[in-house]
Amino acid sequence: MDADTPAAASEETMPRTADPGRLMIDVRGLSKTFTLHHQGGVRLAVLDATDLQVAGGECVVLRGPSGAGKSSLLRCLYGNYLAQSGTIQVRGADGWVDVASAPARRILELRRTHLGYVSQFLRAIPRVPAEQVVAQPAIDAGTPGDQALERARTALARLNIPENLWHLPPATFSGGEQQRVNVARAFARDFPILLLDEPTASLDAANRDVVVELVNAARDRGAAIVGIFHDSAVRAAVATRILDLPGKAEAA
Amino acid sequence: MSAHAARGADHPILSVRHLSKRFGRVQAVDDVSFDLFPGEVLGIVGESGSGKTTLLRAVAGQEAPDTGAVLYRDRWGGLVDLHALPEGRRRRLHRTDLGLVQQNPRDGLRMGVSAGANVGERLMALGHRHYGTIRQSAHDWLARVEVDPARLDDPPAQLSGGMQQRLQIARNLVSEPRLVFMDEPTGGLDVSVQARLLDLLRGLVGELGLAVVLVTHDLGVARLLAHRLMVMQAGRVVETGLTDQVLDDPQAAYSQLLVSSILPV
Repeated sequence: MDADTPAAASEETMPRTADPGRLMIDVRGLSKTFTLHHQGGVRLAVLDATDLQVAGGECVVLRGPSGAGKSSLLRCLYGNYLAQSGTIQVRGADGWVDVASAPARRILELRRTHLGYVSQFLRAIPRVPAEQVVAQPAIDAGTPGDQALERARTALARLNIPENLWHLPPATFSGGEQQRVNVARAFARDFPILLLDEPTASLDAANRDVVVELVNAARDRGAAIVGIFHDSAVRAAVATRILDLPGKAEAA
Repeated sequence: MSAHAARGADHPILSVRHLSKRFGRVQAVDDVSFDLFPGEVLGIVGESGSGKTTLLRAVAGQEAPDTGAVLYRDRWGGLVDLHALPEGRRRRLHRTDLGLVQQNPRDGLRMGVSAGANVGERLMALGHRHYGTIRQSAHDWLARVEVDPARLDDPPAQLSGGMQQRLQIARNLVSEPRLVFMDEPTGGLDVSVQARLLDLLRGLVGELGLAVVLVTHDLGVARLLAHRLMVMQAGRVVETGLTDQVLDDPQAAYSQLLVSSILPV
């Protein structure tokens, strides 16, 4: 195995839906409010009538103070948070899916075929080895198991995860290693859309640079990317556009 | 989450409509409706007394509901009401298309016959007659659920709790059912045994593309196995949605209480 060669495009078993310039995400009037029923019904308005359009080949970076709703916006796009109002259109295999209102199985299908998501923390399944965690998205998309594992190992090697860890479950890895497993998982196959929630947060400079390269390569192949990057140098290196989320004083 | 999750299937395999069941003065299940699609794992969560087990028993055909219908779509696309079927047809459907994994393996196994016979029995009920083939199937399924096939002739009572539960799963899956009901399948087991069983279930459900209705009070189990969750309180469904959405952004007051009551590890 040549760990330095990225998987060739011809090996891709999924239809290549990434398409530079094509609108992939269209969010209109998105509002997200948390109602805390057991804290006296306190309502926290996190997003208010937010719009976001992202085309293939773009990397839109969300910027704003802590609590401005950057992560919430990404989670709404992934269907992990429920929007109170507005539409979240994401382009899937059979056209647009409104993540804000689609049934669960449509959202799962969209995740499987189109959405790569790097969360802030890896939610590791007990006893599943790192290489299996990383290979799973490709397997779910129909890539044969051995081919998916091959790519997973390539991604793990690229992110400098020592080979003797590949067979171990990531629960015992350091924070930075877990985060790199998480990144590898999203980049081990070519998702048309990538949602990146601080993928470089706990990484050293060398690994941060690897992630920047991966993000830029994904953008160049036509992926639509929405990300949160606290490091301004990383932001400058990957962003094609910045969306400022001002945050609201009264939401604090 | 499984590769088969809800792939391509546009008709529900199971449609539950306005199901209600009362025990004396307690409305155990109160007007519950839901659809389940092929390959989909639906988790029903709630505390003891929320009605989730009664709902499962009614949906699985174990307990007649007071009102409502449980519609199953068979292999040929026909809809049958499980509670309106003649007894003989319903029993046959339970042997061919449906499975039920109970919390206590003793309730789902025949304790008087060997482990191998427990697995082979469903095949015999389906008309398989060749002893060698049935024994081979039983052998293969024991291996598949990680029970040493050398235990084939042992009675279930000689197996550990975890092995008994895996045997019950093999007994259910040997006939390649399409829809399996599970009631707290990891409930009575030690944590380490539980983790192994969860791995096994997660793999099998994905490989076989099973539709599953899973009742559990354990939100960790629900997160690992279910695509979609239904939260029950006092016989009613208070919230339903994508599993991670319900657990990470619960909307109903009761769901928020359930999720916030998990002790961090």
